[in-house]
Amino acid sequence: MSGFGSLAYDVSHLLGGGVLLLSFVLLYQRHIGAVINAFAVQGGLLAVAAAWQGWVQGAPGLYVTAVIAFGAKAVAIPLVLRLLIGRLGLHREVEPSLGIGASLLAAIGLVGLSVLVVLPVTAGGATPLTRVDLTIALSVVLLGMLAMIARRNAISQVVGLLSLENGLILGAVGVAGMPLVVELSTAALVLMVAVVAAVVVFQIRERLDTLDTSILDRQRGDA
Amino acid sequence: MPLPWILVFFPWFGAVVLALIPPRLGIGRYVNIGVAAGSLAIALALLGHPHGEQGWTRIDALNLPFVAVAALVGLTTAAFSAATLDAERFDALRIRAYHAAFQVFMGAQFLALVSDNLGVMWVAIEIATLASVLMVGAHGTPAAVEAAWKFFILCGVGIALALFGTILLYLAAQPVIGSGDPGLSWVALRAVAAHCDPGLLSLAFVFLLVGYGTKAGLVPLHSWLPDAEAEGPLPICAVLSGLLLNAALLAILRAEAIVGGNPAALPAGPFLIGFGMLSLLLAAFSLWRRRDARRLFAWSSIEHVGLATLAFGIGGVVANLAGILHLLGHALVKSGVFFAVGAAAQIKGSQKVQDIGGLAASHPALGWGLALGIAGLAGMPPFALFVSEFRLVTEVAARHPWLVLPVGIGLLMAAAALVRVLQALCLGEPTRDNPVPGAFALPGGLLWATVPVWLHLALAAALGFAAPAGFVALLRAGAEILG
Repeated sequence: MSGFGSLAYDVSHLLGGGVLLLSFVLLYQRHIGAVINAFAVQGGLLAVAAAWQGWVQGAPGLYVTAVIAFGAKAVAIPLVLRLLIGRLGLHREVEPSLGIGASLLAAIGLVGLSVLVVLPVTAGGATPLTRVDLTIALSVVLLGMLAMIARRNAISQVVGLLSLENGLILGAVGVAGMPLVVELSTAALVLMVAVVAAVVVFQIRERLDTLDTSILDRQRGDA
Repeated sequence: MPLPWILVFFPWFGAVVLALIPPRLGIGRYVNIGVAAGSLAIALALLGHPHGEQGWTRIDALNLPFVAVAALVGLTTAAFSAATLDAERFDALRIRAYHAAFQVFMGAQFLALVSDNLGVMWVAIEIATLASVLMVGAHGTPAAVEAAWKFFILCGVGIALALFGTILLYLAAQPVIGSGDPGLSWVALRAVAAHCDPGLLSLAFVFLLVGYGTKAGLVPLHSWLPDAEAEGPLPICAVLSGLLLNAALLAILRAEAIVGGNPAALPAGPFLIGFGMLSLLLAAFSLWRRRDARRLFAWSSIEHVGLATLAFGIGGVVANLAGILHLLGHALVKSGVFFAVGAAAQIKGSQKVQDIGGLAASHPALGWGLALGIAGLAGMPPFALFVSEFRLVTEVAARHPWLVLPVGIGLLMAAAALVRVLQALCLGEPTRDNPVPGAFALPGGLLWATVPVWLHLALAAALGFAAPAGFVALLRAGAEILG
């Protein structure tokens, strides 16, 4: 079933590549609405990838993961974030702390890094499918971190963290036979994460009248 | 239901009850104490429980002492919290949320300690993180929100990396162990570690170390800790320093024990020694520059976690025993010191070191308790930290002589800084009292703080010099598990 040219391999490669591509898309958006759209599409693709893996591996549990990923990441969380933005009347521009060209270059470097880290290490036991999947997952994780660093806006940071977790789920579904407990709990906890984040973001807004986290640095005491 | 599961679900059940109690009854704080006392009773009953697995949980000599200390600190914190709650000026909703979050945190803490399945352990640590973020941000002031945000973002990334490490660990074991639950069981993983792919094991360990290291407050991943300790409600400091750091470090040790089972994998010791030394030295220097008492003791936690990490990095039964003893002693003494500092901050109306002075003269029981506690943190006898630091230094001298100088410098710098703070806080002319309204208004007054402080000090002293033989044997067995 594994190896270049077989359907299972090619489709999951394609879907994983799509998720990674959307991590790049997240990095160059200038409008907060577009960031959320890109995140929603990434969540949808992740759900398809999970469902595909469920079919390939013959693991019906992964369909549950796919449904949860779709419901939470493609629908519910983007909706909540949009409502939050609408309700608060935020200004819609994303202020990058790292320029867009520089972020994309850094992103390419990070993808190269994860290829260099994962491929040699997994040369021994893992199947080719798992190796590629893991490389893509690590890239998505690293790009999520980059997105958090490169943006000052609190909602963009939350989206960066959530897309980082997309990478984790992508990695977890690609490993055949991973106990379901991890995927289910990850999906459930992401929701809680979003809730907590929303509460915190709301409080920042309430107290400081802005969502720019760089303002917060002025509030700090004696480090 | 097995007893370890009851230990986890009892506080969570308590959390639901606490969230439902209407605040106007004013009994939330007492129910909170009751739930914590119940948890302590269950934890003590566990000490006599046969070791072994019960599904996803596991009781062994490594986690039992930590469970007992966590339950004890939970009870004293609940008591201290009852007396300081009014001065925190929470509204009705926040009081419910705060109490519920506290018990959710305690349950997750127990689960993190007793879980055998690494996936479940990860979930438990994540729940503990979310609950503590809510508690840290409970005040809603800009500074508290910033602390909560920093905590949330840094630990969110850390916990994500830890999950990636967990996935890698499963991937390494999968060819040997097959699919399903055993692939994440600590015991099963440990048994087959020697046959797993060493490259994947090493990569997994790096992710787990950085991920859980963020939660354990290891330098350079520590920067959320001082903010969280300084801005959260007073009682939270005690559980953050005393419990959360221990659970995260124990998670790292479990990972180390697996990776250490494969001779071809990356040796974990040098990584732990590096993180430990860095934490010790940075904290020892930073202690000199802190003007906020709670931030200062948060830095002292970073120092002590660094010391314990160093001990585990050196490895061997003697050093591991020193590390375990150090973590337990630190949990007891540091939470005692946070109770005393918290009480002083409410009496004086400020948590700046310069505003709190001469406590020993104005409030002798509290002031002398604080002085003894700080001396204990500085490594003076008669507390457990003295014994563990002594054993650690002799072990370092015997095994890695070149490390003695930096370790000695770190310990001395930190001790000198703490002695200076001891003089400033406890001795000299008392500063003016400016109590926060509502502080220690319950019958019994300051006893709600002084009794926990002295209880913790007494237990820390007993742990160092008069521990029952059975408990010492338990600690030694725990050190042998780590190997």
